[in-house]
Amino acid sequence: MINVSKLKKGIVIDHIKSGNGYKIFSQLGLDKLEDTVVLLKNIPSNKMGVKDLIKIENDIYLDLTVLGLIDSGVTINIIENGQKKEKIKLELPKKVYGILKCKNPRCISTIEDVGDIEFTLVNPSTKEYQCEYCHEKTKL
Amino acid sequence: MIKGKSLIEVNDFSLEEIDDLLSFAGKIIDSEKNYSGLCKGNLIATLFYEPSTRTKFSFESAILRLGGQVIGFADAMTSSVSKGESLIDTIQTISCYADLIIMRHPKEGAPKLASKNSSVPIINGGDGGHQHPTQTLTDLLTIRQLKGPISNFTIGLCGDLKFGRTTHSLTKILLKYPDINFVFISPEELRIPEYIKEGISNNRYQETFSLESCIDTLDILYMTRIQKERFFSEEEYLRLKDSYILDMNIMKMAKNDMIVMHPLPRVNEIATEVDQDDRAVYFKQAKYGMYVRMALISKILGKGGN
Ligand SMILES: [Zn+2]
Repeated sequence: MINVSKLKKGIVIDHIKSGNGYKIFSQLGLDKLEDTVVLLKNIPSNKMGVKDLIKIENDIYLDLTVLGLIDSGVTINIIENGQKKEKIKLELPKKVYGILKCKNPRCISTIEDVGDIEFTLVNPSTKEYQCEYCHEKTKL
Repeated sequence: MIKGKSLIEVNDFSLEEIDDLLSFAGKIIDSEKNYSGLCKGNLIATLFYEPSTRTKFSFESAILRLGGQVIGFADAMTSSVSKGESLIDTIQTISCYADLIIMRHPKEGAPKLASKNSSVPIINGGDGGHQHPTQTLTDLLTIRQLKGPISNFTIGLCGDLKFGRTTHSLTKILLKYPDINFVFISPEELRIPEYIKEGISNNRYQETFSLESCIDTLDILYMTRIQKERFFSEEEYLRLKDSYILDMNIMKMAKNDMIVMHPLPRVNEIATEVDQDDRAVYFKQAKYGMYVRMALISKILGKGGN
């Protein structure tokens, strides 16, 4: 058993909307880490009713863009020597490369290897991004 | 400066650049002979990944009238594409030979992808139902030549305003000019999308189902056809396809100096009897399409002066 409450060094992703925990877990590829990773689901929360939470027992590189796209409401705490060293608030990135795919069957990207598509944020409230080729909107 | 630029969508050019282009097209119309050798020595490729005889002829006539030369293909089946070559590879190769590439492609965004992989400028001759910027330039030139400065008129757009991208891009560009009123005439099912209307102040537009009820207020009537391929069911298409048929009875109610435009080809929406009326300018519009392409090609090749 690992002690999930006391983290010496690592990252805590808190206030994840219930259900998004596993999405973040798989999109960040946390299943491939050698380090100890804990995914907690449906923990009671005063603010949110229930929430998910992820603890990673190491200081790894986090792709904040991916996090922002899945759940921009999360808080990220960087822990060192058992103390909160840094708290990161997320913002939706204006441009996104390589994470989103265009779902428009009429888009050139469906038949041609175009590499990473540039998606531009067009509606922050719906998290919609626009494909640089066909201008069709999409979200993660 | 348009020189060296690609034209993927109308927004790629500033209003100033567009006005410059249209006035140059006007000069060509006034004295075409003076410009007949302007692009002598230039080789231009027309790559038509889907057939469109109309657009191809318009571009190629423009090139030949400027004294330029053309290479290209008329549909993807006869080209290297049928051997499986990627668009990117074709463009990289052709841009070694030609000074300018004009392309039409069934997939949306193909010209944009081409422009990222080409050492020469690209003109979008239509990418699926997405963008067709030279059609919009044609429309603007027609208005400018026949109605004077692009300002202070009421334009009625009639037909399929939901899927018809021609009317969307024309509306969007006209919004940048002063004192233009819009009347959107369509069946309930084919109304203009909200995001287009959002850009227009409330007192500048109205929507109606009835062409008869508003035609007397119009300075320009822009007719469009209702395209079969946009519909999910044959039944709905059959029900809506003849929603509007402009004939001489309706034309009687219009102003004496109203003009009727249409991007062509037409199906049933304009009765052939209207062709004889001086206000029917859609074939003239096709001719202006060639002139605006002449102006565009010369300007991009740096031959159009300042
Ligand atoms: Zn796309």
